[in-house]
Amino acid sequence: MIEKSLRQLGQALAAREISSVELTSLFLDRIARLNPEINAFITVDREQSLAQARAADARLAASAAGPLTGIPIAQKDIFCAQGWTTTCASKMLANFVSPYDATVIAKLHQEAGMVSLGKTNMDEFAMGSSNETSYFGPVKNPWDRTRVPGGSSGGSAAAVAARLAPVATGTDTGGSIRQPAALCNLTGLKPTYGVVSRYGMIAFASSLDQGGPMAPSAEDCALLLNAMSGFDARDSTSLERPVEDYARDLEKPLAGLRIGLPREFFGAGCDPAVMAAVQAAIGEYEKLGAVSVEVSLPNSHLSVPAYYVIAPAEASSNLSRFDGVRYGYRAPDYDSLDDMYMKTRAQGFGAEVKRRILIGAYVLSHGYYDAYYLQAQRIRRLIAADFVEAFKSCDLIMGPTSPSTAFKLGERAADPVQMYLSDIYTIAVNLAGLPAMSIPCGFADGLPVGLQLIGDYFAEARLLNAAHRFQQATDWHRRQPADIA
Amino acid sequence: MSLTPEQIQRIALLARIEISEAEAHATGGHLNEIFKLIEQMQAVDTQGVEPMAHAQEFSQRLRDDIVSEADQRAAYQAVAPETEAGLYLVPKVIE
Repeated sequence: MIEKSLRQLGQALAAREISSVELTSLFLDRIARLNPEINAFITVDREQSLAQARAADARLAASAAGPLTGIPIAQKDIFCAQGWTTTCASKMLANFVSPYDATVIAKLHQEAGMVSLGKTNMDEFAMGSSNETSYFGPVKNPWDRTRVPGGSSGGSAAAVAARLAPVATGTDTGGSIRQPAALCNLTGLKPTYGVVSRYGMIAFASSLDQGGPMAPSAEDCALLLNAMSGFDARDSTSLERPVEDYARDLEKPLAGLRIGLPREFFGAGCDPAVMAAVQAAIGEYEKLGAVSVEVSLPNSHLSVPAYYVIAPAEASSNLSRFDGVRYGYRAPDYDSLDDMYMKTRAQGFGAEVKRRILIGAYVLSHGYYDAYYLQAQRIRRLIAADFVEAFKSCDLIMGPTSPSTAFKLGERAADPVQMYLSDIYTIAVNLAGLPAMSIPCGFADGLPVGLQLIGDYFAEARLLNAAHRFQQATDWHRRQPADIA
Repeated sequence: MSLTPEQIQRIALLARIEISEAEAHATGGHLNEIFKLIEQMQAVDTQGVEPMAHAQEFSQRLRDDIVSEADQRAAYQAVAPETEAGLYLVPKVIE
């Protein structure tokens, strides 16, 4: 049962082969057994999970179920869920029990009838690429427990990779769905900016943040995206578009698909073993009838510098809300209002979050705003324009998701710049607001390698189609870590 | 560009984060490395390029000025560090 896809689980529930309570208990038992070492979950609440499962069983019995009703899912702890501790992996919110549901949570649980298995570990406020900035300790990669799972959605990735959950949600501001998906052998999708509501998703960089699915397969991602996406009046950047079935094109043949290979993604800077797996995957696509064309993203080398101005600037503004007044941590001792703010924030935030707030405050401050913030926004437009140009000669863009496989715990933790460069291939996508995926495409020294697929705006169905056809021709996505029985 | 510990203290004050001299010194090394990375932007000629604030070009939606949400003050204040009579309590700011 733990190996099954969403579609298979839905069929098993509909056929009464298993109840949602039984299925949920199965995964909760696995979490109880394996999570103490992997640390993929921050919060597990058996009673709340089983209550949701009982409600799902009632819906199934009343024939009021949808395709996902009764299926368990792990929720990244960045999504506010009513009655659940929602920490964002920060001391600042360690005791915050959300009084309301994020739209994604409401859609997946109340509407689709899925069952929450708990809240997954992540980098603090989603700021990191290794899950090591979590206040609740690092997550271990199920493929090699001395290595990171990637980040920031590292707990969600590890949970699905170790089959502690069938699927999970993630969020992606600079690669936080795709990079951990790559490092844990999962399929992850970051939708076009504005497709998934940000309401109740704790904000990091609002012009870049986007929620999305993380799962073993493209088919699972399509079904989850169907349930997660849609217009939401509560998110001022939510896009009013007709409802789409993201699974509609899964089976379409790939003959004639034009794959753009940006020469900047195939140069120096990538581990040769990762590159070999990516090249082999592109060869597989050619066998499926796709043709590759060289394209160029000449400003892509500027994406990391521009991102580390824009994202911290937005973060410094967003995180100003954590002041010890309305929710979250408040320092125990202070002698004035300002002193309370200063001590609350000094004690409540971890080192990486503070670093980014300081960068943001600096680049937005008088005298530096033009040179840093506006310059970064101008470069952002150049980067977005590169993609527009590239998509004139191709349908999808492909390349590596991450320049390396999973690195050792602690290896990059002391060197922020080295860590930031983990996202060198993923960040440009967020700056442009495009949809992109990472899919399993092979192994290097026993560790998973991810292939990144980037689509034009709203090309999710086409991305999922390309990913699904690849997954029908290969079995990389079915490989599992050795010791998760 | 290199930030001095005094400049870092000044930024930390703007961001309302208390940092000790030792922390300012330690974080300064990291911040200067990060700014070295960021400085790569300065070599790019962006004259005439319109700054891009958002991935999608859209204007903010407007709605009628009517009550659209139920009153949840009690639930929202239940998670506050300190409240009294429906108000958030903070240290005295006016003598």
